[in-house]
Amino acid sequence: MAEIVLDHVTKRFPDGTTAVDDANLQIGDGEFIILVGPSGCGKSTCLNMIAGLEDISEGQLRIGGRVVNQLAPKDRDIAMVFQNYALYPHMTVRDNMAFALKLAKVDRTEIDRKVDEAARMLELTAFLDRKPANLSGGQRQRVAMGRAIVRSPQAFLMDEPLSNLDAKLRVQMRTTVSRIQNQLGTTMVYVTHDQTEALTLGDRVAVMRAGVIQQVGTPEELYEQPRNLFVAGFIGSPAMNFLPATRENGQLRTPLGDLELPAEVRAKVDQAGAGRNLIMGLRPEHFEDAALVGDKKPQGLTFSASVEVLESLGADKYVYFHLQGARASARELEELAADAGATDVPGGADQVVARLDAASRAREGEQLELWFDARKLHLFNPENGAHLTL
Amino acid sequence: MNSGARTRTLWGVSNTVVIIVAIVPVLWIASLSFKDPSTITDGTFLPRKWTLENYRGIFDTSLFTRALVNSIGIALIATVLAVVVGSMAAYAIARLRFPGKGLLVAATLLIAMFPPISLVSPLFNLWRQIGLFDTWPGLIIPYLTFSLPLAIYTLSAFFREIPWDLEKAARVDGATPFQAFMRVIAPLAAPGMVTTAILVFIFCWNDFVFAISLTSTNASRTVPAAIAFFSGASQFETPVGSIAAAGAVITIPIIIFVFFFQRRIVAGLTSGAVKG
Repeated sequence: MAEIVLDHVTKRFPDGTTAVDDANLQIGDGEFIILVGPSGCGKSTCLNMIAGLEDISEGQLRIGGRVVNQLAPKDRDIAMVFQNYALYPHMTVRDNMAFALKLAKVDRTEIDRKVDEAARMLELTAFLDRKPANLSGGQRQRVAMGRAIVRSPQAFLMDEPLSNLDAKLRVQMRTTVSRIQNQLGTTMVYVTHDQTEALTLGDRVAVMRAGVIQQVGTPEELYEQPRNLFVAGFIGSPAMNFLPATRENGQLRTPLGDLELPAEVRAKVDQAGAGRNLIMGLRPEHFEDAALVGDKKPQGLTFSASVEVLESLGADKYVYFHLQGARASARELEELAADAGATDVPGGADQVVARLDAASRAREGEQLELWFDARKLHLFNPENGAHLTL
Repeated sequence: MNSGARTRTLWGVSNTVVIIVAIVPVLWIASLSFKDPSTITDGTFLPRKWTLENYRGIFDTSLFTRALVNSIGIALIATVLAVVVGSMAAYAIARLRFPGKGLLVAATLLIAMFPPISLVSPLFNLWRQIGLFDTWPGLIIPYLTFSLPLAIYTLSAFFREIPWDLEKAARVDGATPFQAFMRVIAPLAAPGMVTTAILVFIFCWNDFVFAISLTSTNASRTVPAAIAFFSGASQFETPVGSIAAAGAVITIPIIIFVFFFQRRIVAGLTSGAVKG
């Protein structure tokens, strides 16, 4: 077990593209850290650099205090699980799991003991003599994990290990991964593009965008104090709503109505040097049916909107609506929309979603009085995407 | 008669025609090889007087037996070298990005298309100068020249189908690049290697142009060349029976090969065609 440190690590490909730009990350001993971001953000390249499968163009990578930039993968003592599992098709499950130990010339009885132990842990004992072709997707995935576990490496690297499983199995395997990491206490670096996976699994999460680490923090930190528009929009499901807003003499003019900006917020916005135009962000759960708010009403703002779609999930209701002229624009938002596929759906980009209590009387196609909690409002600078009120 | 049956009949007839056209010459050679010298020209398909005299005759002379040893040795060495060198080159072509890769592939293909006959006289002179004339290496080298492009091309099609992640996995598991190749990639490419080996072997085994031009004695003359030196009982007699017997003998290894590996050969040829 060891800590992994990325010290100003940069990866440039021969064709000139920068896949990872000046990444700094301290992964503590035994920590479970997630690299998350849309496809092409450099998260897998980061992982490959830690594994030694990609050269590091600049900067230093240290595992357990040792600089490993020049070390071959085999000398780094790390195990990796690949998205497509990369099981050796000509070997049985047992041989797949034993491969690394055989290469390391471990004693035969020791190999058998370790393989059996890992197989028990992953409930693979019955399949040890099968070839990967005769296994289901979930079983193959477990063999891939088993192959990593038997080695008792310094760190596990996982490259979207669950993305080829169907939704139900994925949730099951998520808990298995969590359990294994807890049991073994080994440092784990886990790459995913699924923010739900990131929030549920990680001790800490690093959000990446276009080769740059945007923010590193616990899931709660990322959710409640996103440092910029991108993190705010990427973390959370359904995603945060973004609306344009303008400042006028201490007032904030928004498509939902005008509201008074508290003095300290105004000071922070001035300090950040943002212009008049801002972007405000509101999480869906900070809306409520105005009829159900009660005495919290003064902290927020009431407005009315026409409900386009209503999704009733039992515990709560999701209400989707559009607001006149309510399209916030910023580069980060366009990227997020493209990643989520919202650009392919007409009206998908500027739809607002609110999560209401199940008791709400909202009906599709009808006007509804809605309320939002102004204290939970996030304000961003549309120029650089920075959060203004942290 | 429905259309399914008609299609089947049509296929049956055309297949039969193709098989007859292909197999009659082979059977004719076999039949000749069993005929008594006096009945060789009688024109019957089945020998009227069966004899093993022709076979006994060719195996009595060192001309043929020595040539058989040369043929087997030269073809096997060339095949092993072509597969070993070819698979490494093919792996590099399939996996690595390096400057001039396109040029390299184009150049190998160009060599494969070069008419061998045009190389014969320069090689003849060159080989005599540097002492390779009438030696095993003197034949193995030009065979490699022409079989390597074939080997590289077929093998790289196979390697391209093997997921790269397998090699990455092996290397993270602690394998050196060479171990990853030997223990993970090569076993998976084995069908491709067998196919390539057979194709290369057949090419070397059948070659006549280089064999007749670059050899002069039993030291390295292969069977196809040696057959041309067969002589009859008298100088007025063509040794048809012996030639037929030798022809039948050297067909046997090829038939055995193809019989055992035919499915692999077909798989190899088609996978090369689709993926190449």
